[in-house]
Amino acid sequence: MTMAEMRRITLTVNGEAREAEVETRLTLADFLRRELGLTGTHLGCEHGVCGACTVLVDGRSARSCLMLAVQAEGAKVETVESLAAKDGALHPLQEAFRDHHGLQCGFCTPGMLMTLKELLADSPDPTEEEVRTAISGNLCRCTGYQGIVDAALDAARRIREGAS
Amino acid sequence: MKPPPFSYHAPESIEDTVGLLASLENAKLLAGGQSLMPMLNMRYAQPDHLIDLNRVDGLGFIREEAGGLTIGAMTRQREVEFSPLIDRLCPLLAEALPLIGHRQTRNRGTVGGSLAHSDGAAEIPTVAAALDATLTVIGPNGRRDVAYADFPAGYLMTALGWDELLVSIHLPAWGAGHGYAFEEFARRHGDFAIVSAAALIEAGADGTIARAALALGGMGAAPVRARKAEAALTGRPGGAETIQAAAEHCLGLEAQDDVHAPAAYRRKLAAVLARRALARAWERACARGGA
Amino acid sequence: MSRAPYPEAPRRIEDPALLRGAGRYIDDIRLPGMLEAAFVRSPHAHAKIGAIDAEAARALPGVHAVLTRADILPHLQSEFLVVGLPSPAYKQQRDRPALAGAETVHVGEPIAVVIAENRYIAEDAAQLVMADYDILPAVSDCRAALEPDAAPVHLGAPDNLIAEFNVEYGDVDAAFAAAPHVLSESFALHRGGGHSIECRGAVAAHDAATDLLTLWVSSQMPHSAHRLLIDMLGRDENRIRVVTPDIGGGFGPKLVVYPEDVVVSVAAVMLGRPVKWIEDRREHFVATTQERDQFWEMEVAADADGRLLGLRGTMVHEHGAYTARGINLPQNSAESVPGTYVLPSYRMNTRVALTNKVPVTPVRGAGHPQAVFVMERLLDRVAGAVGLDRAEVRRRNFVPAEAMPYERPLKTRGGLPVVLDSGDYPKCQEAALSAADWAGFPARREAARAEGRRIGMGLANFAKGTGRGPFEAVTVRVGTSGRVHVYTGATAIGQGTKTMLAQIVAAQLGGDIANVTVTTGDTAATALGIGTSNSRVTVTAGTSAHVAATKVREKALATAAAMLEVPAAELEIAGEEIRPRPAGGRIPNVKVTLAQVAHALNGTPGYSLPGGIGPGLEASENVVLDSPAYASGTAVAEVEVDAETGGVRLLNYVLAFDSGRIINPMMAAGQAIGGTAHGIGNALFERMAYDENAQPLTTSFADYLLITAREMPRVTVISCESPSPLNPLGVKGIGECGVVPAAPAIASAIEDALAPLGVRVSSAPIGPPEILALIEAAHTKA
Repeated sequence: MTMAEMRRITLTVNGEAREAEVETRLTLADFLRRELGLTGTHLGCEHGVCGACTVLVDGRSARSCLMLAVQAEGAKVETVESLAAKDGALHPLQEAFRDHHGLQCGFCTPGMLMTLKELLADSPDPTEEEVRTAISGNLCRCTGYQGIVDAALDAARRIREGAS
Repeated sequence: MKPPPFSYHAPESIEDTVGLLASLENAKLLAGGQSLMPMLNMRYAQPDHLIDLNRVDGLGFIREEAGGLTIGAMTRQREVEFSPLIDRLCPLLAEALPLIGHRQTRNRGTVGGSLAHSDGAAEIPTVAAALDATLTVIGPNGRRDVAYADFPAGYLMTALGWDELLVSIHLPAWGAGHGYAFEEFARRHGDFAIVSAAALIEAGADGTIARAALALGGMGAAPVRARKAEAALTGRPGGAETIQAAAEHCLGLEAQDDVHAPAAYRRKLAAVLARRALARAWERACARGGA
Repeated sequence: MSRAPYPEAPRRIEDPALLRGAGRYIDDIRLPGMLEAAFVRSPHAHAKIGAIDAEAARALPGVHAVLTRADILPHLQSEFLVVGLPSPAYKQQRDRPALAGAETVHVGEPIAVVIAENRYIAEDAAQLVMADYDILPAVSDCRAALEPDAAPVHLGAPDNLIAEFNVEYGDVDAAFAAAPHVLSESFALHRGGGHSIECRGAVAAHDAATDLLTLWVSSQMPHSAHRLLIDMLGRDENRIRVVTPDIGGGFGPKLVVYPEDVVVSVAAVMLGRPVKWIEDRREHFVATTQERDQFWEMEVAADADGRLLGLRGTMVHEHGAYTARGINLPQNSAESVPGTYVLPSYRMNTRVALTNKVPVTPVRGAGHPQAVFVMERLLDRVAGAVGLDRAEVRRRNFVPAEAMPYERPLKTRGGLPVVLDSGDYPKCQEAALSAADWAGFPARREAARAEGRRIGMGLANFAKGTGRGPFEAVTVRVGTSGRVHVYTGATAIGQGTKTMLAQIVAAQLGGDIANVTVTTGDTAATALGIGTSNSRVTVTAGTSAHVAATKVREKALATAAAMLEVPAAELEIAGEEIRPRPAGGRIPNVKVTLAQVAHALNGTPGYSLPGGIGPGLEASENVVLDSPAYASGTAVAEVEVDAETGGVRLLNYVLAFDSGRIINPMMAAGQAIGGTAHGIGNALFERMAYDENAQPLTTSFADYLLITAREMPRVTVISCESPSPLNPLGVKGIGECGVVPAAPAIASAIEDALAPLGVRVSSAPIGPPEILALIEAAHTKA
C-alpha cells in the first residue's frame, strides 16, 4: 500500500455543512483537529478509555479516536466549539464549570462537556450517582471530579430553571 | 497511535458484504469499532482491507421471535439497553448491558461486534453462554446457525469462517416467572469483568429448582458454563444451602492469570459471584414465579 | 448551591478559553511546512544494538528523514543529557544519550526518529526500521539488582548501585537498647506514572534568517530545557528560545528534559523545517519517567506511653536505567520520615539501584508518600502494641505548635537544616477527626458488623516541604496601555498559576484581576526561571510577584503623587485609576490612570521623570527563599471492605490541610481533592507492572488504572491556616498535599475494617487479590 486511499465526505459539523477529501484511515478526531482546525477535541490515549476525544455524533456521545472520518459521512457532529452561543455567551455547563472549578488543566474538559451535554439532554434532573456514572468514561487527573460533578448538577438546575 | 493504511469498503447490503469477504484477503469487519479501532490504533491488527458494516441494510433490529429475542448483529448496545422488549424477554441481558463500558462505548458498540470479537470477559458473550443463544451466520454457502457453545474458538477467535458474517443472535426466553441475575466484579466502573456470573433459575411448583443455568465470564478465552454447579442445583430444594454447595463447584473451574488477577483469585471470586448471582436469581424466581 | 462552598473566590482567568476549546496545547500548534516525528524505540529491556537498517523507511513516500545517533552527532556539542542534581552520594554517572548508540538499557529507549509529512506516515515508516539487537540479560527487580551475582544494567558496570547514603542523628542504638517496645516491619511501596491526560510533546522550528531555534514544549521547566539545549547544541542563550504552550497536566514527569526534546530540536535545524513530536499514550508508558519501587525494612522503638524513641532501617530505591533528575527522590523519602513528629533518634541507610526500565523521577508527592506511609503504619503498630487509640498515639508524638519553628537535626539535599516553619498539627488532626466523626465511628463499625458489613476508618498525618528554592523569577510591568503584565519563569500546568499571580499582583495594583495578563514559562520573557515542581509556585513566584508588585505600587503612587500634587499616602489604586482616597463622603475628582503613569515613566527625551524613583513602571524580583515552607495535614479515610472479594470501597474522606495563607480557596480545595484522587490511585489502583525481563506489562489505560468519578468519594476539605514566617504572604504550597497521606490513611482503614482478622497492610498499592490473600492468611493463622 503506497498511495493514500482518499474518499470524499460530506457531513455537518457544529451546524455547518462541511465537505472534504480525507484519507480513509484518518480518525474522526484527527479530521476535526487537523482538517477543520477544531482543536478543542483532544487526544489523550487513542484507545478508547480516557474520553478526552468525546464528541456528539447524531446527538450521541462517541469517542472520536475510535471512529474513522469516513464513517461520519452524512452525520451531524458536534464538538465543544459548538457549546457557546453565537454571541459568545457561555453555555450553562461552561458557566457552571467556571463557578465550581470544574477544570484545572482543561485537557479533559471538552470531552467532559460533551458527555454532560448528552446526559442533561437525556436526564434533566440527574442524581449525583447518575452524573458520576455518565462521566465514568472521561478520565480527569487534575480535579478528583468533585468540581465537575458539582458543576453538572448546578448546570442541570440552571437549564431546568431557564427552560421553565 | 495512528491506524496503518488499509483499503476501506462500505457495502450497503449483506450480499455485497459476503461478496467482499469472499474476494478480499486479509480483511477485517468493522462494526462498532470499540474493540477493533483500539487494535488498529495500536497496530495490533494490520488488515489490508476494512469492511465497514455500519451502512449495511438489514442488520439492525430487535424482534420478538419464537418466544425469545432476536437481535441483528449491528444493533447498537444502547438501543438494546433502552428497548421495551428486553425487560420482558431477556431481563438478564437488561441487567448486564449497563455494565458494558461507558455510554460512549454502548452508543457505538454493537451486539454482534461484541460476540464476534469474543472477549471471554465481555458481558454479551457471557449472557449468550448462559442462555444457550443461537447465532445466525451467513457466508458464500448461505446461512447457518451456530449454537453459542460452539462459537468461541480460542483467544479472540470464533467459529466464523474468514468469509462469513454474523447476522443475528437469538436469545431464547425463559419462563415468565424465571429468576435472573448478573453479578460482576471489576476494578472500576465500566471495566471488563475480572469475573462475572450470569445466573438463571426457574422455580418448580414444589420449591425446588426446576432449571438452572450459570455462566462465568472472565475465567478464560471464552465464558464457561458451570455444568457441575448446574447439576447440583437442578431438582434440589432452592435456598442458601443448595446454592452454596453448587457455587463451590466453581472453585474447580479453569481460570487465567493476568496482570489484574491470578488464577487462584479468579476461582475464589467465581464461587463468590456465582453464589451471589444464584441467590438473587432464586429470590427473583420466588418473587416473580410465586413459588 | 450557586458557587458554594467558595462564593467569594475569584473565578479563574484561564477558564473561558479552555472551556471554549480554545486552549493552545502543544498539539494545537501548527506551523507552515511543519513535519511530524515518530520515534523508533527499543523493544528490549537490555540489548546491544548493531546495524540499523532504515532503507525501506526512508523510501516510503512522505518520509523526509530517518535519523540515528550517527546522523545527529555532528550537530551536537555533547550527546548526553547531563542533568543530575548534585550529590556526593553518586557512585556511577548514567546519563541518557540523545539517541541510543551501541547499547539500549530499557524498553522504550529512543533508537531513531522518523520525520515525515504527518504522524500516520511517520508511524508507517517507523515500523519499517529494522535494528539488529543482541539481547542481554535485563534486571527488573531493584533488590535483585543489588545482589552480588546480578547482571549489570549497563554493560561493563561494576554493579548496579548508583548511589548510597545515610541519614542519621541521635543515638539510635542506645534508644533501641532501652526501649520497652521494639517493633519491626517491611514495606513494599510502588508509585506509578504521572499520566497527565495530555502526554508530552515538542515542536521545534529554526528560523534560518535569525538563526533562532524556538522549541515549544509541554514542560514544567522550560529554563532547564533551555540550559540543556545550550550545552548540547552548542548554541548560546540568544539563539534558543524555549516556550511553553497551555499544558494539559504535568504531575512531575514533565519537569524532566528528554532525549526527544533534543532530537526534535536537532532535526528542525538539520531539515530546515519545523518538526512536531506528540507522544502517544503507549509511549508515555515506556518513555516518560515514573516513580516505582521502594522496599523498606524498618524498626521502631517506643516507650510505654507510645512515644517514639527512635527509628532505624534500610531502604532500596529503584532508579531505573539512567539519571534523568537525580537521587532527590530517595533523599526526600529518607529526610521526611519524621514528618510531623518528635523523633529523638533516627538512622536510615538508603541504596539506590539501577534497573533496566525507564528512569525514575518525581511524580506528585516526590518520595514523600512513601515516607509518610512508613511512619504512619509504624505509628499504628505502636498504637497496637501499647493499647492506644491511633489518633492518641499521634497526639503524644506531635511537634507541638508552641515549638515552631522546629529544627530537626537533619539536612535537606542542599545541605540546609530541616526546619518546620509553622503548623498546628494537633489542631489540624482534631479538625479532620471531628469532620469524619472519628469518635462516633466505633459504634458505627459495630453496627455495620452486625449487618455483615466490614467498615473501617484510618488516619495519616504529613508534613511536606514546599516552595523549594532558591527563587522564582517574576517581572511586573504596567504597560502604556494601562494593562498590568506579569512575566514569570514559573509554568502553568493546570494549577491556576495565572489566576494566583493575577490575584497577588492585582491586590497591589488596582484589584481587578481582569486587568492582569500573565505570561508563564518563556525564556524570552524571563532570562531566569526554575519552573513548576514540588508545590513551589505560590511560595516562590507568589513571593516574587508580591514584592515586585509592591515596588511597582510604590513607584506608581510616588509618580502619581508628583503628577497630582497629592501626598502618596493619601492615594489609592482602584481599577486602572490612581486617585485620592474618598474622605468625609467627598469623592475626589483628581485622578491619573495607570496608563498615564506608565507613559510618564517611559520617559520623554529631554524631560525629567516625575516621582523621583526612576524609569519604567515595572520591577523584577527573584526573591531568594532557601528554606522550604512545610505544608501539613491530616487525612481520614473511611472504607468498606468486601471480605469475600477483597474489594474496597471508599465511603468517606476528609482532608484537613495547612498550606498557610490561602490565596484562592476554591483553587486550593481543587488541588487538595485532585491530589487525593491521585493518592487513592496509589493506595488501591496504580501499578506500573513489569515482568522478570523488565518488559512492561501495563501499557494501556485498560491495564493501568486511573480512577473514574465512580471510584472517587466526595472529599471534605478543611483548610487550617498557619501562615509561614518565611515569606511575606505567609503562603505554602498545596499541590501535593492530597496525594501524600492518602495511601496510609486508606491502609489503616482497611486494617480497621478487617481488625478482627488481624490483617496487616504494609504495601501500596494493594488490590483485591492481595487483600483476599491477607484475609485468608489471617484465617489460617487463627
